[in-house]
Amino acid sequence: MSVPLLQAEGLNLRFGTTTALDDVGLNLHPGEVVAIVGESGSGKSTLLRVLSGQLAPADGSVLYRDADGRSHPVHAMSEAALRRLMRTEWGFVHQSARDGLRMGVSAGGNVGERLMAVGARNYGGIRAQAAEWLRRVEIDDARIDDLPRVFSGGMQQRLQIARVLVSRPRLVLMDEPTGGLDVSVQAKLLDLIRNLVADLGIAVLLVTHDIAAARLLAHRILVMRHGRVVEQGLTDRVLDDPQHPYTQLLVSSVLAA
Amino acid sequence: MTHDPGYNFAYLDEGTKRMVRRAVLKAVSVPGHQVPFGAREMPLPYGWGTGGIQVTASILGPQDTLKVIDQGADDTTNAVSIRRFFSRVAGVRTTTRTRDATVIQTRHRIPEMPLREGQVLVYQVPMPEPLFRLEPRLSETRRMHALADYGLMHVKLYEDIARHGHVSTAYNYPVMVANRYLMSPSPIPAFDNPKMDNMPALQLFGAGREKKIYAVPPYTRVRSLDFEDHPFRPHRADAACAFCGARDSYLDEVVCDDRGGRMFICSDTDHCETRQEAAR
Repeated sequence: MSVPLLQAEGLNLRFGTTTALDDVGLNLHPGEVVAIVGESGSGKSTLLRVLSGQLAPADGSVLYRDADGRSHPVHAMSEAALRRLMRTEWGFVHQSARDGLRMGVSAGGNVGERLMAVGARNYGGIRAQAAEWLRRVEIDDARIDDLPRVFSGGMQQRLQIARVLVSRPRLVLMDEPTGGLDVSVQAKLLDLIRNLVADLGIAVLLVTHDIAAARLLAHRILVMRHGRVVEQGLTDRVLDDPQHPYTQLLVSSVLAA
Repeated sequence: MTHDPGYNFAYLDEGTKRMVRRAVLKAVSVPGHQVPFGAREMPLPYGWGTGGIQVTASILGPQDTLKVIDQGADDTTNAVSIRRFFSRVAGVRTTTRTRDATVIQTRHRIPEMPLREGQVLVYQVPMPEPLFRLEPRLSETRRMHALADYGLMHVKLYEDIARHGHVSTAYNYPVMVANRYLMSPSPIPAFDNPKMDNMPALQLFGAGREKKIYAVPPYTRVRSLDFEDHPFRPHRADAACAFCGARDSYLDEVVCDDRGGRMFICSDTDHCETRQEAAR
C-alpha cells in the first residue's frame, strides 16, 4: 500500500466542556476520496480545520507528505509555509461560495488568483487557463469577465471548484460543497466533482451530512458522533452493512426517492 | 537668515526629530517597508502634507536649501505655504531650482530634471498601504507584506486589463522595491515611476495621518508591477508644452474657456522656465 498523504493520530480538542474531537485518527492516501459524515455538531468541520492547520489540537499530530516525499507536521509549520501549501498543494472548498470566492472580482480573476499567487505573470496564459477551467466546470467561457454575484448558486460553487483545482492541488478539503443547493443542481455538481477528482487523481476529504453525496463520491467513510469516529470502512460496506447503532440510524433516516 | 526664535529649529522639538530620524533610519534599512512613527499634530490640516513636513523638519539642517513642489509647481498654495513655513521656523534658504536644492518636498510629482547624489526627495503620502483598496483589514495586509504574498495586487491588474484592455491605474501605480516589498509610490503619475528606479537621490515617504514612514535608498531597484505580455507603459498626454514646446515632460491639461478650449503645459514649472530661458 502507498504511503499516506495525510496522517492524523490521537487528535483531541475540547471547547470548554464540549468535546469536539476525542482521539480521532485518519489516514488519507494519494488519489483517495474519504467522506466524513455525521450530524451537526459531531465535530466534522472542527476535524477539517484541525487537519488543515487552521486550528491547533490540544493533543495529537497531523503529518502531511509533500510532493517531494518530505513529511511535515502541519501544526509545527511556519505560517508562510502553511500559506504556500494552501495555495499550491492544498485546496479548500467552502460550503458557501461567498467564503471561497472574491465577489468583487471577475470569474477569470477568481480562477487566476492562485496562478498569480505562485508567480504566473503572463496575462494571456492566465486567461487561457481560466477559460479552460471555466469550460471544465461547465461554465460558458464567454462569462469569464462576469462577476460571481451574477452567477447562480450552483455556478458559484462550480466556479469555486475551478478556482481551487486550477493549481492542480494534491489534496482538496471540502466542507459541505453541496449545501444549500437544490437537488438537481447537487446531482450535477457531485457528478462534476467525481469526474474531475478521478481525472486529476486528487485526494479529497469531504465533510458532509448528505449520505447520498458520500456514497457517490467517497471510497471510504468515517462516521463521527460527539467528536469520536464511531465507525469507518469502505463506503459500500459502511452504508450497506452498518455496524454501529448510530450509523444504522443515519442510513435508515435517508429518505428514499 | 535666522529662524523665528519663538520656535525650535524647524518647528519640531529635538526629541520628536530624533524619533522621526530613528524611523527614517529603519525605513532606509528595510527599503519599501512601512515603519510606524508617532506623527505629531502639525499646523496644517491632514492631507496637506503633514507626513512630508515632519520628515523634512527632521532631516533639515541650517546649511540645506529647500524646494517644495505641489503637482510639479513651485507656485501653488501648498508649495508656497510650506516653503514659507520652513524659511520662518528654520531660516533655511529656499529655491525653486531643482539643481540648487538639497531637500525637495513633493506632492504628486518627481522633478523632470534627474536628481543627483546628496539630494533628498521627501514625498507627501495620503495612503501608504498599496493593498488598501483590495484588502480592508490592515492586520491582514501586514501579514501579506510579511509573507510577500502579493498575488492579490496582480489580481487587480488582471481585472484592469480584462475590463479596459490595459492597466487603467494612471497614478499611485504599485511598485516592488528591491524585489521584496510592495510599495505605494504616493499619488505620482505612473509616468514618474521609472524615475524612482536606481535614483541616485534618497527618497523618503511620510504619511502623517496613517503615521507611517518608508524609504527607497539611493540606487535601489524599483519595478512597476506588470504582466509579461502587458508590460508597464508610462502614460503621457500626446502633445507639446504650450510654453516651452517640451515633448518629453509630463503635461497638465488646462481648460482655457467654456467653449472647449484647452492647452497643455509642463506640470514641472522649474523645468518649463529653465527651458524657456534657454530658448531666449
